[in-house]
Amino acid sequence: MLNKIVAAASALTLLALPSASLAEDVDPSNWPAVVEAAKGQEVYFNAWGGAPNINAYIAWVGEQVQDKYGVTLNHVKLDDTANAVNRVVTEKAAGRNEGGSVDLIWINGENFASMKRQGLLIDDNWSEKLPNYQFADIEGKPTLTYDFTVPVDGQESPWGMAQLTFYYDSAWLETPPKNLEDLAQWVEENPGRFTYAAPPNFIGTTFLKQVLYGVVEDQSILRQPAEDADFDTVTAPLWGYLDRLKPNLWRKGEVYASDTTQLKNLLADGEIGIAMTFNPGEASSAIKQQELPDSVRSFVLDYGSMGNSHFVTIPYNANAKAGAMVVADFLLSAEAQARKADENIWGDPTVLNINALPAEGKALFDALERGPATLAADQFGATLLEPDASWAVKLEEEWAKRYVRSN
Amino acid sequence: MQTRNKGWGDPLILAPVVMIIVLTGPLLAGLAGVVLPAIGYFPSLGGNQITTEFMREVTLKPGFWHSVHLSIWIGLATTFISLALVTSFFASSRGTTLFNRITRFVSPLMSVPHAAAAFGFAFLIAPSGWLVRLVSPWATGFDHPPDWLIINDPMGQALLFGLVLKEIPFLFLVALSVSSQINVDERLQVARSLGYGRVWAWFTVVFPALYKQMRLPVYAVIAYATSVVDVSLILGPNFPAMLPVQLLRWMNDPELEMRFVAAAGAVWQLGATLFAILVWRLGEELVAYMGRRATINGHRHQNDRWFRFSANTLITGVVIISLLSFVILAIWSLAGFWRFPDALPVQFTSKKWIASAGALWVPVINAMLIAATATSISLFLTIACLENEYRRDIEFTPAALRILYLPLIVPQIAFLFGISVLLVRIGWDGSFWPVALAHSIFVLPYVFLSLAAPFRSFDRRYLRVATSLGQSQNRALLAVRLPMLLKPILLATALGMAISIAQYLPTLLIGAGRVPTITTEAVALAAGGDRRLIGVYALVQTLLPAIGFLAAVMIPRLTYPNRKFFR
Repeated sequence: MLNKIVAAASALTLLALPSASLAEDVDPSNWPAVVEAAKGQEVYFNAWGGAPNINAYIAWVGEQVQDKYGVTLNHVKLDDTANAVNRVVTEKAAGRNEGGSVDLIWINGENFASMKRQGLLIDDNWSEKLPNYQFADIEGKPTLTYDFTVPVDGQESPWGMAQLTFYYDSAWLETPPKNLEDLAQWVEENPGRFTYAAPPNFIGTTFLKQVLYGVVEDQSILRQPAEDADFDTVTAPLWGYLDRLKPNLWRKGEVYASDTTQLKNLLADGEIGIAMTFNPGEASSAIKQQELPDSVRSFVLDYGSMGNSHFVTIPYNANAKAGAMVVADFLLSAEAQARKADENIWGDPTVLNINALPAEGKALFDALERGPATLAADQFGATLLEPDASWAVKLEEEWAKRYVRSN
Repeated sequence: MQTRNKGWGDPLILAPVVMIIVLTGPLLAGLAGVVLPAIGYFPSLGGNQITTEFMREVTLKPGFWHSVHLSIWIGLATTFISLALVTSFFASSRGTTLFNRITRFVSPLMSVPHAAAAFGFAFLIAPSGWLVRLVSPWATGFDHPPDWLIINDPMGQALLFGLVLKEIPFLFLVALSVSSQINVDERLQVARSLGYGRVWAWFTVVFPALYKQMRLPVYAVIAYATSVVDVSLILGPNFPAMLPVQLLRWMNDPELEMRFVAAAGAVWQLGATLFAILVWRLGEELVAYMGRRATINGHRHQNDRWFRFSANTLITGVVIISLLSFVILAIWSLAGFWRFPDALPVQFTSKKWIASAGALWVPVINAMLIAATATSISLFLTIACLENEYRRDIEFTPAALRILYLPLIVPQIAFLFGISVLLVRIGWDGSFWPVALAHSIFVLPYVFLSLAAPFRSFDRRYLRVATSLGQSQNRALLAVRLPMLLKPILLATALGMAISIAQYLPTLLIGAGRVPTITTEAVALAAGGDRRLIGVYALVQTLLPAIGFLAAVMIPRLTYPNRKFFR
């Protein structure tokens, strides 16, 4: 009886309820079968939606996979990737092991570590079997195989590269700070003109790690789980540094920026003099979009900067696994990667080994121009590898304890 | 065709029952879905033990009590300031040219979604906002925006004033509608003839009667302001945020155990809202007592010019700020690079509009479909209920009115979370119908309240003529009453659509992000986001309901161009 009611109700639905897919296994080593199965599927891509240029890029991907593979891509715009993890966790708890509502997630770091640990991902090494994976720069980019020290194990597919990059208005600052001491001095001399994003926003958390790398005595300790270290002792200099900044921060540290987009707005208005981003091409891209003045330039600190990779992954209970794999593979294609690296579009560095690409793919990258505010490859300095994923969680908790008012 | 009698055979008898189920069913289910996990019962997550642990644990979260205080304070202060301004203005100026002018702006302002108004307000008052730009650097000397904490301030003042801007039109319309039912002019005449000043006369003889009928809408404002999410995300404090915003974060936390904590927090939210209403209730008694004392001391308070001047200035200010908010949204949506402190962008460009056109399509269609569905359901139920009332000659009791207000007085976040948990269990989350039905809960009260008065005051002789000519009651309804009520029906429809389009939480929590509407997309851009894009989204969000109201005014004129009655 109940089934009948449910069936009748489903028949009435205007937009179909997520239909439980048959529990067929999708095997990416038989790629033509995957492409065939993907045709007509709807893929719900859960991805941070805070940057319009990235949203526009994802919309373009949607058009491409629709034309090429008949896959419909729906961008579920998240303000925090943890929300997508939450959905999968909830569905698992509710016993929905098939026909889940999340097909593809833009992910890395602690969210990936958490999903992997809880067994929420497909575990048959699918990403390494994608046709375009062969061009990924596995040797040149260690962060493609170790995501915040967690082995990727083919459970997520590389999408882009990130490096913490600062930018400033050269019409205001003549020379940007070189190290943490310079930065602190600049902040003291220019009260109210510097801020960072509040953790757990990713750029905020990254800034904490960047400072931590600069003040910690033994960097190798950060590659171990935070539980194994004396957290308070190791991080004491970090809090000391942040406490030193706080009275002269924007709004006296009473509020912080919410994300990279707000940092960009603040710099555009001249509210702050130095902003930061994870996307080395962002400043040039924003100049082209008339969002920043053309006097903006980028810099990095002299002891290196936090770098990592970002990925896409497929939950174990995804409704459209084949479609999701087709999208993940398309994201890895030279066409999609070159467009993503284009500062007129997004400016996110590629994960591909450009020299290994076939001639026409390489030509796409050779045609790209570097904007006035983008650092040349040799100006980037060392890449600081992400600490073990457990550090991020503890740093965020401790930051909240210290800087969120509790009375 | 035969006339049907008022027997049990008439299916209309079911209408009130269905309506009560629609209004209270999801509410009760949702509350159960929150209260049970809050005390530890959530079997699918391994919670089998009844415990008070989570109710306590949530209070240990950083900033918890601050969040609770904020919610209560914002709820009470918003309501007090809005009500004080509206009543002062009514007392000062009802019947004047200024009053009529302001009234013309109030309905359109009421239909503006909260989020759009909040964005416009933020763009206006921020240190880098339009107001500072307009006077810089020539008057202020600012080359860079001043380092003033205005938006997202820890005390929530930006949020408070943003909410006041939106609650004033609501209370204004309520007061206007109640005023038409309580013989304001006769009351005033008596008081004025005894020598009372205009304002004081109004407060002594009109206000008590007016407030008596405004009480439920006022409670709805308290409940809304203590638990609002979208406006808090845009204007409200962050460290810590209002309780409802914290709740939303906990609900989205990937740690499963946080589900219990979030549920416990939702129970605290219920308590905070209830507490705010109780405090207000005590305040009512206090004001009533002081009012009685003040009326018997014989003062006539004839010199009230300063009072009337301030009330008029403040309300005019509110209207002007609201209008400027839309001007600034429009300017940003067309802005090229705009350096501080320039009063206007150097270039204007339609680039963002063109670039957004493709992305706007889906959320706009979703919003319209959901609004149309929720409003149709609400209209159908409302008309069925009102017609049943007429045929069976029964009166709508105060208890029924309270049920109608229930979904507006219980904080949305407290029971929607419970519903979403239930929906995930049966696998119905993230699809169209649950979202549209959830919207109906909030649309129905407004549609009912807006249509009830014209429906009831309809001249029954038309219907008697129809039935005496041998037509059934159904035909009298469909062929006589409804066509003649076209205008109020269209207005109720437009109002219902506006309410639905503005809904943020039901769309977000029940839709699981898979049914994006223009409102969820706009709020997702957040106040720190790309201002040009926010301008585009907020304007589209504002225009959708406006089109509905325009249609409600134009359709009767076009359909019945020669009949004054219908217009």
